[in-house]
Amino acid sequence: MNKYYLGVDLGSTTSKAVIINEHDEIIGRGITNTRANYAVAAEIAREEAVYNARFSILKKKLEGEIKANPHYKKYIDDLESVFQYEQFKVRLDKLGEELLKTCRTFFKDQGTQEMFLGHLRNIRKAFKPVIKYDYLYNNLGAKNQFFRDIVSEKYNEEVNKLELALFEPLMTIWDKSISPAENQLFTFDFRELIDKAMDELRVKYKNLPNTTTDRTSINFDAELNLLKGNFDHVSESLRTHIDEIKEIDFNITNMTGTGYGRALLPFPQDCIRSEILCHAFGAHAVFPKTRTVLDIGGQDTKAIQVDKYGLVTSFQMNDRCAAGCGRYLGYIADEMSISLNELGPMALKAEKEVTICSTCTVFAGAELRELTNLGEKREDILGGLHKAIIMRAMSLLARSGGVFNEFTFTGGVARNPAVIKYLSQLVRENYGDTIKINIHVDSIFMGALGGAMFARRNLNMDLPSGKKEELVLN
Amino acid sequence: MNRFNDILKECHDVAFDLSFTKAKEWKAAAQSRTLVGFLPIYFPREIIHAANGLAVGLMGVGDRKQIIKGDAYYQSYICHLPRGIIEMALDHSLDSFDGYIFPAICDCVRNLSGMFKLAEKGKFQRYFDYPQNFNSSIGGVFYRQELYKIIDDTYQVNGVTSTTESLNHAIGLFNKNRTLIQEMYNIRQEYPWRLSAVETYVIIRAGLAMPVEEHNRILEEVVEIISADRGEPMDNIRVVITGSFCEQPPLGLIKSIEMAGCYIVDDDFMLGSRWIQGSVAENTDDPLGALVDAYLTKSAFSSAVYDVGNPKGQHLVELVRRRNADGVIFSAASFCDPALLDRPELQKACDAAGIPHINFQYHENTGQFKVIKEQAGTFSDSIKLWVQ
Amino acid sequence: MGMESKAAIKDKSMVIQKDMLAGLFHELSTAKETGKKVVYTFVPGNLIELILSFDMLPVYPEINALQSGMRKKSASYIREAEKMGFSEDVCTYVKCDIGMMLNGNIGPTGEKLPPPDLLLLSYTGCFTFMKWFENLERLYPGVPVAMLHTPYQEDGHITQDQVQYMVKQLKDDVIPKMEKVSGKKFDQERLSRMMVNSAKAEDLLVKILESAKNKPSPIDAYFAGVYYIGPIFTAFRGTEEAVEYYTELYEEVMDRVRLGLGPVTPEGELKEEKFRLVVEGPPNWTNFREFWKIFYDAGAVIVASSYTKVGGVYDLGFRHDSGEPLESLAKYCMGCYTNMNLPQRVSLLADYVKDYRADGFLINSIKSCNSFSAGQLMIMREIEQRMEIPVGFIESDLVDPRYFSYANIKNRLESYFQMLEQRKIIIAQETNAVLS
Repeated sequence: MNKYYLGVDLGSTTSKAVIINEHDEIIGRGITNTRANYAVAAEIAREEAVYNARFSILKKKLEGEIKANPHYKKYIDDLESVFQYEQFKVRLDKLGEELLKTCRTFFKDQGTQEMFLGHLRNIRKAFKPVIKYDYLYNNLGAKNQFFRDIVSEKYNEEVNKLELALFEPLMTIWDKSISPAENQLFTFDFRELIDKAMDELRVKYKNLPNTTTDRTSINFDAELNLLKGNFDHVSESLRTHIDEIKEIDFNITNMTGTGYGRALLPFPQDCIRSEILCHAFGAHAVFPKTRTVLDIGGQDTKAIQVDKYGLVTSFQMNDRCAAGCGRYLGYIADEMSISLNELGPMALKAEKEVTICSTCTVFAGAELRELTNLGEKREDILGGLHKAIIMRAMSLLARSGGVFNEFTFTGGVARNPAVIKYLSQLVRENYGDTIKINIHVDSIFMGALGGAMFARRNLNMDLPSGKKEELVLN
Repeated sequence: MNRFNDILKECHDVAFDLSFTKAKEWKAAAQSRTLVGFLPIYFPREIIHAANGLAVGLMGVGDRKQIIKGDAYYQSYICHLPRGIIEMALDHSLDSFDGYIFPAICDCVRNLSGMFKLAEKGKFQRYFDYPQNFNSSIGGVFYRQELYKIIDDTYQVNGVTSTTESLNHAIGLFNKNRTLIQEMYNIRQEYPWRLSAVETYVIIRAGLAMPVEEHNRILEEVVEIISADRGEPMDNIRVVITGSFCEQPPLGLIKSIEMAGCYIVDDDFMLGSRWIQGSVAENTDDPLGALVDAYLTKSAFSSAVYDVGNPKGQHLVELVRRRNADGVIFSAASFCDPALLDRPELQKACDAAGIPHINFQYHENTGQFKVIKEQAGTFSDSIKLWVQ
Repeated sequence: MGMESKAAIKDKSMVIQKDMLAGLFHELSTAKETGKKVVYTFVPGNLIELILSFDMLPVYPEINALQSGMRKKSASYIREAEKMGFSEDVCTYVKCDIGMMLNGNIGPTGEKLPPPDLLLLSYTGCFTFMKWFENLERLYPGVPVAMLHTPYQEDGHITQDQVQYMVKQLKDDVIPKMEKVSGKKFDQERLSRMMVNSAKAEDLLVKILESAKNKPSPIDAYFAGVYYIGPIFTAFRGTEEAVEYYTELYEEVMDRVRLGLGPVTPEGELKEEKFRLVVEGPPNWTNFREFWKIFYDAGAVIVASSYTKVGGVYDLGFRHDSGEPLESLAKYCMGCYTNMNLPQRVSLLADYVKDYRADGFLINSIKSCNSFSAGQLMIMREIEQRMEIPVGFIESDLVDPRYFSYANIKNRLESYFQMLEQRKIIIAQETNAVLS
């Protein structure tokens, strides 16, 4: 029987789970930004990772066939997207209920209540099909977006279409409803959900027009057309494999918890590991020549030096506050009323970098307002701000020993293009052009990956503590 | 007036040149010249001059340098100055310097001397201890031994022996330097609008990075220019600034205080250049003895000097009276133990003498002066109202 | 929990020490009645033999401050001093001491401490000492101050000129002031006799600290080390009592070595020594027990520390010498750890790593103390490069609880311990691979 290992990284803003096989290969990833308690967050991330793992196993099984039949891959990707939508829909329905419930308790006056209930129903009606369409046709599931982000964007769009006076109350209702929906733990039946997804997919392909638009790529066209023409055949020939993965008893052999909230995980003591070690180990596994790791997470920044085994030789963390971390960018985005994802691209447009004195979250708002009053452009302020974050990271790196080749950048903030720009610039200025800088698409999962890798190793090893307990696994 | 602007520009360039081009050119111009860097506050530059050397003040990088590697050497709760100094040493800005002198003013500067030793920067790295005993047969003897160490250090570098003559010559030049600076302050006391605090600062600071002969010529010109009327008097209050003797405030901070309505009639920004109050005895048979004696009996009051029996609070009050100042601004670098530990005592002395005061802290790279400007402005307004 | 409740299993030495200290504080509280004169002074470079030779009693403001920290009083004392105008940035020992004084000067035993009759400013290895006593001089107007300036070991050694400078200060300033305050003539014979005892106690202390070279180490040379150095640091060096205390302690430690026992912690004996560490920097006092617990819970034993050397680096060979009492006071002052230059500190710490067979080197960087802290990051790099062992770095403060973040420190230490553990596993695997 195959052995799988789980790593859970409970960060301050997101929780991540990674499942690996016996060759340290990632076969499942899950991530959530739920702000519920850590146990729920870990469970949501883990579930997601297990579903994702089933699809990976499916793809792996079909490796040979996929090479020969590229449309098989298209089918499976589509299936995963729809599967994700099916999960999403359950939560969306929960949100719908919550919105109506909040509305009823919020407005005492019958007439007002009815009016708002009407608006809420309309809003829901309007955005539900849009989201479904995005999942089915625009690959939304692969875009790493959180439930909250997807829905709030659509909700805002709809609210903005209404008269201004409704804005405040509708946003208040939203604020009160989103967390319960987001924090609800659902147990899905994989079999049931996958069957549903297959049905949905059948409908999709039946209704697909025969010609594709010019916008899509040739490659995509080819696969899509192939699949379209053969849909029933493909579906049938894959069914047995799909049935197989439905039945797999997913056995997690060992697991490790790490991250900010690791002490709160319901894991045995020996299964808890420092995130410093995990991040470094994970980054080193993905880029085996890594010697220096920088991780900028939600609330802390870590500069880590590793040896050839991926073991930490020294590390430095930021001081007592979250200055210059992901959370700081969050405040800035709120202050500027733009989404977190827009910050980096906007900062890239800077023509100069405004000097920022404090990357402190407490002073961020005041300084931003002052600079805006002085007539500085938003782009330039953001440029300065991103640079300031990197300046802080640079001093931590220096303190941990410097930057050595190769240099791997991980953490949620590693997705921000402006951060990458300034980091690359400053690393090269200070440590030379020869430093290779690695950033992986999975960089946010490095801690969880390292955790899973420790889980795999620790089972084979007699730890000096000698008090290894039997693991209770599900 | 153009001449003045030229002088000012030249001084500005020299004072804030982190490559110390002027000093390096001086060294390169002739054989056996030596370049020695020293940290705040005071160092008797005469002994370096007498040995065919130039002692250059390393007053910090201010807001003109990005600190990357320097932060690797200092925790966040240590002042800013030393991280800039170590950054300069590491990025080769100081490569022509033969040695470094670290005057005994605090534990940060003391330990920086050890860091230079570990990093093997320069041919010598000398922690220069000052006696805290002011009896000439005890502290005086010790101080002379400390001076000998430096004389020996520079001799090892360039083989030049300083003589009674060369020492006396140097003493004469630095006496002149101090006298001219003092004259500048005296003129400003009466006509503070003739030379702004920023201009004064820039001109004096330039003197720490060029030969004293050249600086004396500049000072002579400046004194001449400001002896005639220049600028417009304004309705400003007169303040003394204290606490900025080591890590230097950014120019913007000095400017902000002036713009907020305060004439800075005295300060301790470049205290080292004015440390000896008056002159060192000239043309004696024992010039080193003269330097020792000047240190023991003519030192400025400072947080670096043991003051029991000679309290600094009293000195500060006297200075305020002498300069006819309206108030005191306590302006200290963050995490500066000497300045900040003295502050309550000095404030108490001001309170007892009825001298109003405010205080704030800064870093050499502070970029925002809004709060400081507001504070100084309120201070100025309240004093004006109070006087009326 | 804690040592108090385990009085039953308390070692005899601890009982002796407790009695000694209680006796001192009692003597201090009744000094006015008994007419004993009181000298305030500092631990590094303390002249206790000289003070005792005049039959005067010492008060150490640093020790009062750390005791206030342990008794959770420091936060309010510090607030009090900050109200007076002291910046948040400056040394918290000073603020805590001044706050305590403003609050009635109640000492660690709950008895009132007498005001000073003499402020002996033995200005050794810490610039802030000077500021501290300048402030105290204003708070106790009229009390004489004797300044003893200790030159720094700038060149990495003590010169004869420096010794002469200090001896002259002793003869011309310090001793005359002591004679005046105590009303007694200086008795060099008596001072010399005391130094014989000093040297005996110092010999024993070195043996005790060096017992940590054993595996497992019978002592913790940092957390428990603080207790071991107490008497020699404070009021008892030069007395018979100190010699008796160290004799007893030494026997206890040797018993542990014979039985192969590990160090005693507040929760009993440490069962398994997993990591041996050398630690640089003072401990945090406000959360001393919690801080220690993180270590012993992980099986981490501190086998050598620099903090226990601020009152003298006796393991480098210095002993008080009855043959040259004043000179040896001078040499003692200059030899203290905080008066050593950075290259000396690095080589001492590197020797500790080697001689005590340490697995790691850890720095507790103290916000208050620039004498220790400025340069520590460079010390850390040097040790890492020279000794090729994992290094760790944490930050806290002496007595300001605002600078002790338990979660943060625990996180860093756990990461560090796990890092050491993983390293051991890998090294063991490599060795096995080579063997098989």
